Amino acid sequence: MNNAAIATAPGPQGSPHAPLVSLRGVSKTFSNGTVALKDMSLDIGEREFVSLLGPSGCGKSTALRIIAGLGDTTSGTIAWPGAGGDPFGKHQREIGFVFQEPTLMPWATVFGNVWLPLRLKGVSKAAARGDVMEALAMVGLEKFADSYPRELSGGMKMRVSIARALITRPKLLLMDEPFAALDEITRFKLNNDLLHLWETFGWTVIFVTHSVFESVYLSSRIVVMAARPGRVFDELSIDAPYPREEEFRTSATYNDYCRKTSDALHAAMEGSGHQ
Amino acid sequence: MTAVEMEKRNGEIETRPDDGDMPVDLARRPPGGLAGRLLRFSVPVIMLFILVVFWQIYVTVNEVPHYILPSPGRVAQAFVEDWPILLGALWVTLKITFTALAIALVGGVALAILMAQSKWIELALYPYAVILQVTPIVAIAPLILIYAPTTQSAILICAWIVAFFPILSNTTQGLRSTDHNLLNLYELYGASRWQTLYYLQLPSALPYFLAGLKIAGGLALIAAVVAEFAAGTAGAGSGLAFRLLESQYRLNIPRLFAALVLLSLTGVVIFACTSMVSHLLLRKWHESAIRREN
Repeated sequence: MNNAAIATAPGPQGSPHAPLVSLRGVSKTFSNGTVALKDMSLDIGEREFVSLLGPSGCGKSTALRIIAGLGDTTSGTIAWPGAGGDPFGKHQREIGFVFQEPTLMPWATVFGNVWLPLRLKGVSKAAARGDVMEALAMVGLEKFADSYPRELSGGMKMRVSIARALITRPKLLLMDEPFAALDEITRFKLNNDLLHLWETFGWTVIFVTHSVFESVYLSSRIVVMAARPGRVFDELSIDAPYPREEEFRTSATYNDYCRKTSDALHAAMEGSGHQ
Repeated sequence: MTAVEMEKRNGEIETRPDDGDMPVDLARRPPGGLAGRLLRFSVPVIMLFILVVFWQIYVTVNEVPHYILPSPGRVAQAFVEDWPILLGALWVTLKITFTALAIALVGGVALAILMAQSKWIELALYPYAVILQVTPIVAIAPLILIYAPTTQSAILICAWIVAFFPILSNTTQGLRSTDHNLLNLYELYGASRWQTLYYLQLPSALPYFLAGLKIAGGLALIAAVVAEFAAGTAGAGSGLAFRLLESQYRLNIPRLFAALVLLSLTGVVIFACTSMVSHLLLRKWHESAIRREN
């Protein structure tokens, strides 16, 4: 199966602009010999909401980290066509990253945690106050600025983590299974809030998940990945219009997409089983 | 955000999932509030009172001679009469203990930071720090006594060697235990090495460092005493341990007891001080300093 060809073909719903970031033949082999990613090619257009969906070990998190500039590739290139020149220095500023765990500093208040990206750039507490409070307001936590992470529930901690990713006003938001550890009710709520913010601010989101339902609900495009070695297996575009609300979750369209995506995922898992 | 949603979120705090109820632990915890605090203070004091009364009765009834076991009254008397001598000795011991602790603190933290910065420095130095630690201090003390310019400085070096290691090893462990995701986050935001150290690694290491400090505080006192013992009569006119030895030679057992009590009290005060520093620094965020409520 020629996965690379599928992956490189620009999707019909792809952004009309030049891609924000494009991966070409990216491979990553860990020092223990595990091939985490093999020959991955992918274009992410501006304002897209792309999910990387796949079983564990398919390299979706690795791909996300490589895009973020954490860790080098073994081969292949990552280009930022819009940036021109040195990709990193410039793009570090424009990336927000949300980890699977909230990854907050327990010794700092909610304010201190959200302030961090600005603080590292030398913005004083007073100068950052407006931005921090605005980011906290976006996720509905402005009343909790002086709380410590341990005083918050799992969902609230995740909101703080999202606020921290938003404070630098990133163009590209990278999310690594951010809601996987949350209960379903909280997850649905955060899904809705995330879509809302995405529609309002017009960023690009790359969202790693292992949930078919979550990826269909959120994404404009789903990249299905297979394991051993990690690679792009299939791509589906979800053409349902935004804004998507709770009704979408129970609609027939949603069901159809879920079935299609689920089939693709199963094919990906069988495909890697035979190899 | 609607008011209802806000309300819900406020509710989330109260309905946080509790981390497993432990009825046994619950029953063992002393009651809180003023009554609890009074109880926590009065129980040990009453216990002490009972012990002292029993001691006095035992000595009086059995007519134990004071050079074998002095009565509490005699010990108290020695305390008062020998106070100038004891105070002078305490001052010497305290000076050595705290100087050793201060140097160990600065040196231990500095070396731990250095070792966290470079694998080479760690490879070069850590094994020797371990060797220095695992060799009993009484065994090294005679050599140090020969090489050091004065007895006092030899004792200081001994106390420092012993207090240094728990701080070094705990701080090193703490610096290494920094959350990897947070390290990635700092890298992502282009943090400098200094920023990562100051804003992330040092606060992460703080609970470990404070645990090391608690151990080192006690050990510095113990090592100062051990070194004085090793110095023996060479330590003439020095600290509490010398007074202990001297009292033993002269069979001045009441004074020996008084010196011993003073030494214990010093240890307790040092422990209380380091515990308090630890509590003040961690009370806002670290699980160890927060009352568990289920």
